[in-house]
Amino acid sequence: MSKMHITTTINGEPTEFLCDPSQSLLDVLRDNLGLTGSKEGCGSGDCGACSITLDDRLVCSCLVLAPEAEGKKIETVEGLAQGEHLHPLQKKFVEFAALQCGICTPGFLVASKALLAKNPNPTETEVRFGLAGNLCRCTGYDKIIRAVMEVAAEMRGAAR
Amino acid sequence: MSNGKYKWIGTRVDRPDGADKVTGRARFGADFNLPGQLMGRVLRSPHAHAIIKSIDTSAAEKLPGVKAVMTAKDLPDQPNLIVPTGEMQVNMRDITRNILAREKALFEGHPVAAVAAVTDAIAKQAIDLIKVDYEVLPHVIDVTEAMKPDAPVLHDHLMTEGVKPPPTKASNIAKRMDNAKGDIEAGWKQAEVTIEREYTTQAVHQGYIEPHAALASAAEDGQLQIWSTTQGHFQVRGFCSRLLGVEVSQIRVTPTEIGGGFGGKTVVYLEPIAARLSQKSGKPVKMVMTREEVFRASGPAPGGTVKVKLGAKKDGTIVAAECEIALQAGAFPGSPLGPACWTSFACYDIPNIKVVGFDVVSNRAKVAAYRAPGAPISAWGVESTLDILAQELGMDPIELRLKNAAKKGTKTSYGPTFDTIGFVETLEAIKNSAHYKTKPKPGYARGVAAGFWFNVGADSSAAAHVAEDGTVTVISGNPDIGGSRASLALMAAEELGVDYSKVRPIIADTSSIGFNFVTGGSRVTFATGLAVVNSVRDMIRELKVRAAKTWGVDPEAVIWEDGMAKPAGSNVGEFEPLSLAQLAASAGKTGGPINGHAQLNAQGAGPGFGVHVVDLKVDHDTGCVHIDRYTAAQDVGTAIHPSYVEGQIQGGAVQGIGWALNEEYIYNAKGRLDNAGFLDYRMPVASDLPMIDALVVEVPNPHHPYGVRGVGEVPIVPPLAAVGNAVSRSMNIRMTDLPLSPPRLSAAIDAATPKIAAE
Repeated sequence: MSKMHITTTINGEPTEFLCDPSQSLLDVLRDNLGLTGSKEGCGSGDCGACSITLDDRLVCSCLVLAPEAEGKKIETVEGLAQGEHLHPLQKKFVEFAALQCGICTPGFLVASKALLAKNPNPTETEVRFGLAGNLCRCTGYDKIIRAVMEVAAEMRGAAR
Repeated sequence: MSNGKYKWIGTRVDRPDGADKVTGRARFGADFNLPGQLMGRVLRSPHAHAIIKSIDTSAAEKLPGVKAVMTAKDLPDQPNLIVPTGEMQVNMRDITRNILAREKALFEGHPVAAVAAVTDAIAKQAIDLIKVDYEVLPHVIDVTEAMKPDAPVLHDHLMTEGVKPPPTKASNIAKRMDNAKGDIEAGWKQAEVTIEREYTTQAVHQGYIEPHAALASAAEDGQLQIWSTTQGHFQVRGFCSRLLGVEVSQIRVTPTEIGGGFGGKTVVYLEPIAARLSQKSGKPVKMVMTREEVFRASGPAPGGTVKVKLGAKKDGTIVAAECEIALQAGAFPGSPLGPACWTSFACYDIPNIKVVGFDVVSNRAKVAAYRAPGAPISAWGVESTLDILAQELGMDPIELRLKNAAKKGTKTSYGPTFDTIGFVETLEAIKNSAHYKTKPKPGYARGVAAGFWFNVGADSSAAAHVAEDGTVTVISGNPDIGGSRASLALMAAEELGVDYSKVRPIIADTSSIGFNFVTGGSRVTFATGLAVVNSVRDMIRELKVRAAKTWGVDPEAVIWEDGMAKPAGSNVGEFEPLSLAQLAASAGKTGGPINGHAQLNAQGAGPGFGVHVVDLKVDHDTGCVHIDRYTAAQDVGTAIHPSYVEGQIQGGAVQGIGWALNEEYIYNAKGRLDNAGFLDYRMPVASDLPMIDALVVEVPNPHHPYGVRGVGEVPIVPPLAAVGNAVSRSMNIRMTDLPLSPPRLSAAIDAATPKIAAE
């Protein structure tokens, strides 16, 4: 089968790639483009380790066919930090020890950013449900939830 | 924490690998690639139990793009030899058969053959072209069934160990274990109240989010390099050496960042296959398991049955305790039966104890270690029975435990006598907690349970190097699974008296540092921490020699304080202190590079105790459990990095909650796993839980310079019974079978509710 030519924007960079029609966007990001920050934990959309945004919508990239990215804007964990500055979520995750092994962390960061974009003032319950699509087996979620709540408060403070 | 005794220990510094892990830069198992690499795939048995009559790989070999195909014939057979791995023992004869089936396929998902091809798609295609002629045999999944005399026998050579006289007929009972203390019959005679119950648990998976992955590159001269996501790269090296017949020094294993293990990555599955395929093809071979393969074929923790009998006086003094445990080993012998037996009553000072255990094989994936292996299963039985006893006696469950708590000097049923331990302090931390002092909300019930783990020491090596500007590299050999780089660097900074930021911890590959036992058993911060401290002390010894040389005095006349060499007293002479940076700068003139080394077999791992309390409610319509509040107290010795200590307690508690409420391996009538995915194997998500309050109790371990005890294992031990006790009290029905899932709770509620006549 011949490859498809796809034109997208990834983390602000216009990006073209060739892919098989049946290839997942996650595989293209990881294998074709070397963006290995997005992880495959299940390949079935249950763990959220491959979370990215596609035109600002949070998706599991393992469930998106690569050709679906045509003309769309992709954001991955690699696009969170700006130059030498970590995103506030990244900083807070380290400060609060909201990661242990770190495999789920890219997905949680992308999902948390998408959550706060939609809801800058979430309750604890809203954060818990907003991140219920992401599995973490190490932390028991406690420190992740605290980090996201704290960043939400800081970002609201900064926005005032 | 640690009451200002230390400058760095007890502080919440940023972890050294933090930036890498929040940016996606950190490279985990599946993130490693080599130029020209092939992709490997495994063909797995669809049958739970079958004789492999023949394997025809010819069509797969002919497929364009396939570069190597292998079966068990490509690995030398192994002797009947037991070797330690992680917290468990494995038999080499069995492990080579677990990696690739020989005479029989023993569980659904058992590897039968493997291929390496230029793309993953071709490898998948090739797998489908391999023809295996199976003779399907009757299978057995359940432990109780497998122990029956007429059960299908998995191994014709398996004679039960530990029974007299030795059996003459093969069975599925691999081993019987006994341990005892006092006179159990005399104990029963003293008992005024006796409680006896039988409990079951199901197999659960460690559930690490990162699937197993390995990349192997074999050179024509016999050298072999492996990149693997593992809890023990030295074990990977050792196993591959034995399984492939390659000398240890020819193999170099680099641990990748590891995406969780919890014991499940202390064994090898893919590494020997990738290595052999690489040898055969002459190309690097990468292999990554799918989630389904992880569930079907990597080691879950066993399920089992636990019978518990407790005898007590009316004042709550326990006078006799008996426990019988049968654990699933999976397809090959070797469940964590020993720890399950030894931990069963370890929390309590009971004069008369009898424990019997059985290690039972059945047609399931071979079990692997999972956080405090074995202990949660026996604790589920023992701590539930204690709760019944507390109810029977009308006693507060914490008071009952305090009355019988093990202390310094208590002799365990399995041999050792406890040194300084913190069980009483941990019970009191819960008793005095805001949580315990507040009544559960209306409609909610409270459960309490305790747990114990030995913790582990064993072999570690470390090195410390001073760079030319006086900064320090600390090199050790245990994969960092949850923040150990930070705790090792904190201890090195404390010992050396320098800023934490001046110490860079590195995890070296197998060829770059001496041997280290696995990351597991809660041993790294203790044992490798000790090696790091000793390597820094060795470096300080050398630094003092260099200062002495500079000053023209004896090394004994130099002391090390606040990161500087100082004269030991005024009689030595008037010298300005020499900083690490100054000594490093002049190292070339005083004897060359300044390094320190240490190697040890750490003894004296301090046992850990945990006590958990949970408030929850059961929805009587759906059988769903809602957890309102959860507090976990644990004696951690000294909290080197309190955030990661709390994180271990919180994470372990939540794994235990999952075990208690939802997680289980579900097999169908054909002996196939029906829920090999995260959708149907239900692990806790954020919305299932409240915050987990971690109460850190610090009773320093006298056998470590900073009082470290292992932390990671204990917190998974109490939650099964803590949750179970709360559920049972909530429903007023004693629940004895895990998981306490909605279908099971609904059925129990329905059975206990008088039927309302249909109108």
